[in-house]
Amino acid sequence: MAVTEVERRRGKLAALSIAAMVILVGVPLWWKTTQTYRAWLPVAQINELAKLQLQLSADVEVVFARGTATPEQQKKVPVTQTQDEDHAVDEDTTLRYRHETRYRTATVMEEDALKQPTAAEADLSLHRLSESPCGSLVIYVIPESSSLLPENVNVYIGQRRTALLRIGAQMKVGKTLKQLLAHLEPRVKQILQVMSFSHNDITAALSDRVRFSPDNKESIADSMRAFKSSPGYEITFSLLNPDPKSHRLHWDIEGAVQTYIQPLLTKLSPVANFSLDSQILYYAMLGVNPRYDSSRSAYILNADSLAHVINPVEARLGSNAASSNPVLNFLLYVPDAHHSPLYIHDHKKREVQTNAFHSPRWGGIMVYNVNGFYQTGTNFPVDVNINMAKVMGVFLAQLRLLLGVQSTAPPSSFQVAPCGSSGLADWELDRLMWSRSVENVATATTTITSLAQLLDQIGNIVINDNIAQQVSSAVTSLQLAVAELEVGNLGFALQYSKEAILASEKAFFDPSLLHLLYFPDDQKFAIYIPLFLPMCVPILLSLLKIVSEVRQRRREKQAKKD
Amino acid sequence: ILTQTLTLVVHFCLVFQDSAGQFFSSGHTNNWAVLVCTSRFWFNYRHVANTLSVYRSVKRLGIPDSHIVLMLADDMACNHRNPKPATVFSHKNMELNVYGDDVEVDYRGYEVTVENFLRVLTGRLPPSTPRSKRLLSDDRSNILIYLTGHGGNGFLKFQDSEEISNVELADAFEQMWQKRRYNELLFIIDTCQGASMYERFYSPNLMALASSQVGEDSLSHQPDLAIGVHLMDRYTFYLLEFLEDIHPASKTNMNDLFKVCPKSQCVSTPGHRTDLFLRDPGSVLITDFFGSVRKIEITMETINLTDPIKQMEENSGNDVQTENNTYVDQLPVSEIIHQKPKQRDWHPPDGFILGLWTLILLVFFKTYGVKHLKHVF
Repeated sequence: MAVTEVERRRGKLAALSIAAMVILVGVPLWWKTTQTYRAWLPVAQINELAKLQLQLSADVEVVFARGTATPEQQKKVPVTQTQDEDHAVDEDTTLRYRHETRYRTATVMEEDALKQPTAAEADLSLHRLSESPCGSLVIYVIPESSSLLPENVNVYIGQRRTALLRIGAQMKVGKTLKQLLAHLEPRVKQILQVMSFSHNDITAALSDRVRFSPDNKESIADSMRAFKSSPGYEITFSLLNPDPKSHRLHWDIEGAVQTYIQPLLTKLSPVANFSLDSQILYYAMLGVNPRYDSSRSAYILNADSLAHVINPVEARLGSNAASSNPVLNFLLYVPDAHHSPLYIHDHKKREVQTNAFHSPRWGGIMVYNVNGFYQTGTNFPVDVNINMAKVMGVFLAQLRLLLGVQSTAPPSSFQVAPCGSSGLADWELDRLMWSRSVENVATATTTITSLAQLLDQIGNIVINDNIAQQVSSAVTSLQLAVAELEVGNLGFALQYSKEAILASEKAFFDPSLLHLLYFPDDQKFAIYIPLFLPMCVPILLSLLKIVSEVRQRRREKQAKKD
Repeated sequence: ILTQTLTLVVHFCLVFQDSAGQFFSSGHTNNWAVLVCTSRFWFNYRHVANTLSVYRSVKRLGIPDSHIVLMLADDMACNHRNPKPATVFSHKNMELNVYGDDVEVDYRGYEVTVENFLRVLTGRLPPSTPRSKRLLSDDRSNILIYLTGHGGNGFLKFQDSEEISNVELADAFEQMWQKRRYNELLFIIDTCQGASMYERFYSPNLMALASSQVGEDSLSHQPDLAIGVHLMDRYTFYLLEFLEDIHPASKTNMNDLFKVCPKSQCVSTPGHRTDLFLRDPGSVLITDFFGSVRKIEITMETINLTDPIKQMEENSGNDVQTENNTYVDQLPVSEIIHQKPKQRDWHPPDGFILGLWTLILLVFFKTYGVKHLKHVF
């Protein structure tokens, strides 16, 4: 049958229009509908944060009491000096420590306060005069003749943010202010190492960003012992009574917690939230058999067997299932009547005074012997009231260690005041806040940068709006935290760093970010070919036919011309 | 028993170990274990028995239930075809019941999916997930991951309907490393062609063991004629025999673990991968991963507390603070009652629909004029 020109034309137009539909409408439609929704992330700012340049500033005031500076020197005071110390931790992280030291003379009221008989009372009256803001320090320089400090002690570190420094006898009349300041500088630096942030602490806090091997063994043990920064902690006090037939134990845990532990936790509230619970476990054995030592007529637990005590007990402890905060367990074990008294020996076979031990990132166990409270012939069960002050003293010390409050031992000529009733000195809180802020900033920056990297690498993950918002708020908080650290506002810096870490963790651990969308290439072909091949083959073939016809006609035209 | 424990205690006393030295040998403070059995159906009894036996050993060596995430894809103990209900045996002649009465299964049945497994590893769980279903590890945790089931070259089959590829697994471990969710990780897999699953790892501090190389099948050990199925796989059987000799204080290291189940016993060739691991395998103790030996420090200080205990004021009756506790909406009631059909995204039509339309068009052109069709073809 002869095909007319019109019909052929119509056919060509049909083929061309179908092809045009497919290409102009179909392909963009397919692209749009198979695209994953990815909200905009501030990638440029995140890359900026990957290079962390932290500056920590602390204000130090050095006050000269009467007898430490000559009148000529006193005329030149007040004077402010700024010291910068730069450290490059690795290629992405640099640290700068800035101390702004202000030198001045003591006021009349401070002189009166320094006339107190003991250093502790002087500290208290100085504190009443003025309260230093968070993160700053005041050092009072007292003459050698002062009777505040005993003979071999040159520095007294108070419970708040003050220290007393005794100058040596080398100060003679006639030295210039510069020499005086130069003489003081190393001593002041020593004090700052103890009371303010130190390079060891800060680099330990950066361990999330920088995996490094520190040169001294103590700091590895320190970094492994303390819990990592977390917005909240759960503390559980457990009383283990393996022998209820013999001992009926009474412990006023509520009152003890309120009196001894709560002040510390309230003081630490800018750092983290704490929730407390307590329980009593009956018939809970230790799991390790102690050895009887006839020379001391007591049962002994060796340091090596202590490691095996915790596991059998832990299974029975239970935990608060509502939150995923780290748990600190404090166990008070009262040995049964047949194994009393029970003492713990350290590695050198000496008796441990506290009769307690702790495990890094877990908690502490104390053994409390009650056999001294009753005679052997009494009727069992015996009522025993536990001395909570003694128990809480040990638990408080362990809690300080586990939270990372403890610092390195100060030099020998230093005397550190015992921490007050709250269990924490103000300068210790400052140190903790410095290291926590730095740790939070470091962790948040690594989280955000690795999240950005991950989302960039895997193109198939859907980024919802809420994730983008969390990331943006984390970035803003981080920038604010770094700015506040630079200025020296420790409280605000810690708060912003906490917000940053919360937002970044929320963004990173969002349940919607799971990618199950890894398709190997052969699977992609296997899916698309049955869908698109039957449609594309006729279109392609018709287009080819059109093209070949056009070419043939052109050749004919050429031939006709020639 | 008393003399035995006494001699053990004496043995402990004789072993002198410096506390700082104990810290550096491994660098971890806690142990976690993720044990997964991925196959269902009665004839895959041995996979469940494998996982439960490893669970038993790990518990015996000290890891508590709160630190073990146990995922079993099917319930063999209460299966209708189990002639001995409520038991799962791992040895012929029913010598050892590994199910017992204190098994804590965290993910069971249809909850064991690739998605849930990856969520557990990466920590991306919905906020309502309870603590027992989470892997709450930190940067000082050593994690043991044990997978068993049916696998192939580069994938592991879950629930007979989906699979996890080695690339996804390697990416999950990389995400764990980025977030510092582990200190060191030991990965053991007992499937056919298991070595392909650890080929793609690229994160540091990973050590992997597999029961067979690429192209080899992992074989099962022994059938039990009473129960009617194979009870265990060979590699895990010999692995467990090896672990029976380990006690919490033993000093056996990883090199001995690599020698478990040679070709003569296993028929397949077990493989291992240690190039990503920073420490020398000879210095890594088995108990670093399979057990949970705690580090201990003696408390030297105490704080002198002199205040008497405050008497609690009696304010229980008057101002009882009522806190509004909220928890994440899991199943809002209104949604259950008035369920509207879920709005699904628009997808381009399926191949079947396209084919059907093509057929209709062809028939149309056939009946109404072939000549129109000739323009297309």
